[in-house]
Amino acid sequence: MNPKIKVENLTKIFGRNPKSVLAKLKSGMPKDKILQETGHTVGVCNVSFEVKEGEVFVIMGLSGSGKSTLIRCLNLLNRPTEGKIYIDNEDIVEYDKKQLKEFRQKKVAMVFQHFGLFTHRTVLDNVVYGLEIRGVPGDERYKIARKTLEIVGLKGWESHYPKQLSGGMQQRVGLARALANDPDILLMDEPFSALDPLIRREMQQELLDLQSKLKKTIIFITHDINEAFKLGDRVAIMKDGIIEQIGTPEEILANPKNEYIKNFVRDIDRSKVMQAKNVMFRPSALVSLKDGLKIAIQEMEQSGISSIFVVDNDRRLQGLVTIDDAIKALKENKRLADILQQTFYTTKPETYVHELIPIATKSKYPIAVVDDDDRLLGIIVRVSVLSSLV
Amino acid sequence: MNNFPEFFRLKIGIYVDNFVKWLMRNFGDFFDGVSDGILWFLVKMEKFLLWLPWWVFLLMIFLLGWKARNFKIGLTFAVLIFLVGTFGLWDYMMMTLAIVLTSVIISLLLGIPLGILSAYSDKFSIVMRPILDAMQTMPSFVYLIPAIMLFNMGKVPAVFATTIYALPPVIRLTDLGIRRVPQEMVEAAHSFGSSGWQTLVKVQLPQALPTIMTGINQTTMMALSMVVIASMIGAKGLGLEVLVAIQHIDIAQGFEAGISIVFLAIIIDRMTQGIAKKFEYPE
Repeated sequence: MNPKIKVENLTKIFGRNPKSVLAKLKSGMPKDKILQETGHTVGVCNVSFEVKEGEVFVIMGLSGSGKSTLIRCLNLLNRPTEGKIYIDNEDIVEYDKKQLKEFRQKKVAMVFQHFGLFTHRTVLDNVVYGLEIRGVPGDERYKIARKTLEIVGLKGWESHYPKQLSGGMQQRVGLARALANDPDILLMDEPFSALDPLIRREMQQELLDLQSKLKKTIIFITHDINEAFKLGDRVAIMKDGIIEQIGTPEEILANPKNEYIKNFVRDIDRSKVMQAKNVMFRPSALVSLKDGLKIAIQEMEQSGISSIFVVDNDRRLQGLVTIDDAIKALKENKRLADILQQTFYTTKPETYVHELIPIATKSKYPIAVVDDDDRLLGIIVRVSVLSSLV
Repeated sequence: MNNFPEFFRLKIGIYVDNFVKWLMRNFGDFFDGVSDGILWFLVKMEKFLLWLPWWVFLLMIFLLGWKARNFKIGLTFAVLIFLVGTFGLWDYMMMTLAIVLTSVIISLLLGIPLGILSAYSDKFSIVMRPILDAMQTMPSFVYLIPAIMLFNMGKVPAVFATTIYALPPVIRLTDLGIRRVPQEMVEAAHSFGSSGWQTLVKVQLPQALPTIMTGINQTTMMALSMVVIASMIGAKGLGLEVLVAIQHIDIAQGFEAGISIVFLAIIIDRMTQGIAKKFEYPE
């Protein structure tokens, strides 16, 4: 599958004559020297990356790292000095005025750090804006806007003005305004940075919930590594206009590419990044329902374990058998199906380890990781939960 | 040695004089046309104001004051206007008002677009700034000379001089208002694919409106203050009454006309300020 967004060798320089500085930049002159000598600021320098459809791609960096410049290139609020940006295989840098307008009206929407709401318009009229520009008829656009406001939990606030709302609510309006257009791509420029920590966490969760339903392609900018790792399917870490490393949070955690990234990653609470699927392992032994008691006992003895998970032919989890129960049942001539226990915990592969900690310490059996069809994917023992944290 | 050398005398005034004369020679028809247009509008306005029954006008002032501020202030406005009537200056007040309104309308028609232009173009803004400074600081009498040359004596040059004097605030504050619209808000408009015109009309102008209203208030006040001076070139109204009073050293007449202008100024100022407040968005 082609990537939804493909950025190739993107460079953005600010100043009177950006093109003239390109050669100097390519010859390897450092940014601060270019600024000193030519008065040009290098925002983004030779950046390439791809984003898949439906992916949350987080660009993380400190202020001045060029992340906001980069995201503004993706809808051409900043015109790249050099490089190509393919969206659905079309180079948007080559778009003429009309194509660009259509692209912005239909394909992409942006959420801003300080919300960028129109303070002279009511909440409803803010959300309607994109549709209004697109020329959607009045009745229909208000219908869509009301529905979108309901999705972000702002029903009943339609006729208020943005300044009358709290920060968190204002950003919900910003989000609704972007979503009302039903864009493929959502550009979010530090959307939660201006909010206080509690509200921020709430909004992060809501974004994840929303994304699981909407499956948009999201480019998310942040300076907070915890936020980046919580939200991002993949994360790009930027410094001085350059992407230092791209990868999934686990990859970056496991293999920080250099000292700079190591320093960032040090502050990370690993239990909030590592998921069940990262710490589970395939059970050393497993019995199928049709195998019967004898094989179950044999498997447990061979692996030196005191309990074993039982699955059916499709690997769907049926229950758990302890060795004591199995031996007793064998004497009483019972079948395997009669002595299945359900007193263990199951979890989904996407569950974060920090949510598993209390369960792992409480349970005397391993935790079973199952998919949506109840198929057993792996098991997690207490030791692996705790060891993942160091 | 201490005196400034004579041979450095630069007679720049001659060039300005030549320029105005050149304008008259080459664009005489144009200025006649403008003059006719202004006069037509002004006369209509004056006729309308003089035709209005006095109590209707009082009622309008009261209602406007009530709407823009509150009941008490509306009542006060009506009483002040009534007082001017009792001084026997009703008709003169209307003539003054006609010139002020005409000048303000022309100022807005010119000033708001110029202000927008200057907000969009730094170059234009740099060129405009000293011109606007000059328009405001040049002693207002100086305008009267070219105004007479271009438009003869009477009401039209009065409107012309008043307009030039009153134009700067609305240009400056339109410029300021648009420039002060937060960058993110403009970006937001662009990010949804708004055209330049849509961004201006749907976002920048509504955002700038409270500031522009302040500009309109200042422009109106300056127009009123210029009208008195403009009476010297034959514009009838309260200003002329003041002028006549000066010539006759008639303190009583001077005071009555003078205080009438003050009343008018207070009412126009408070009323436009009240309207400007109405344009601010709820916080």
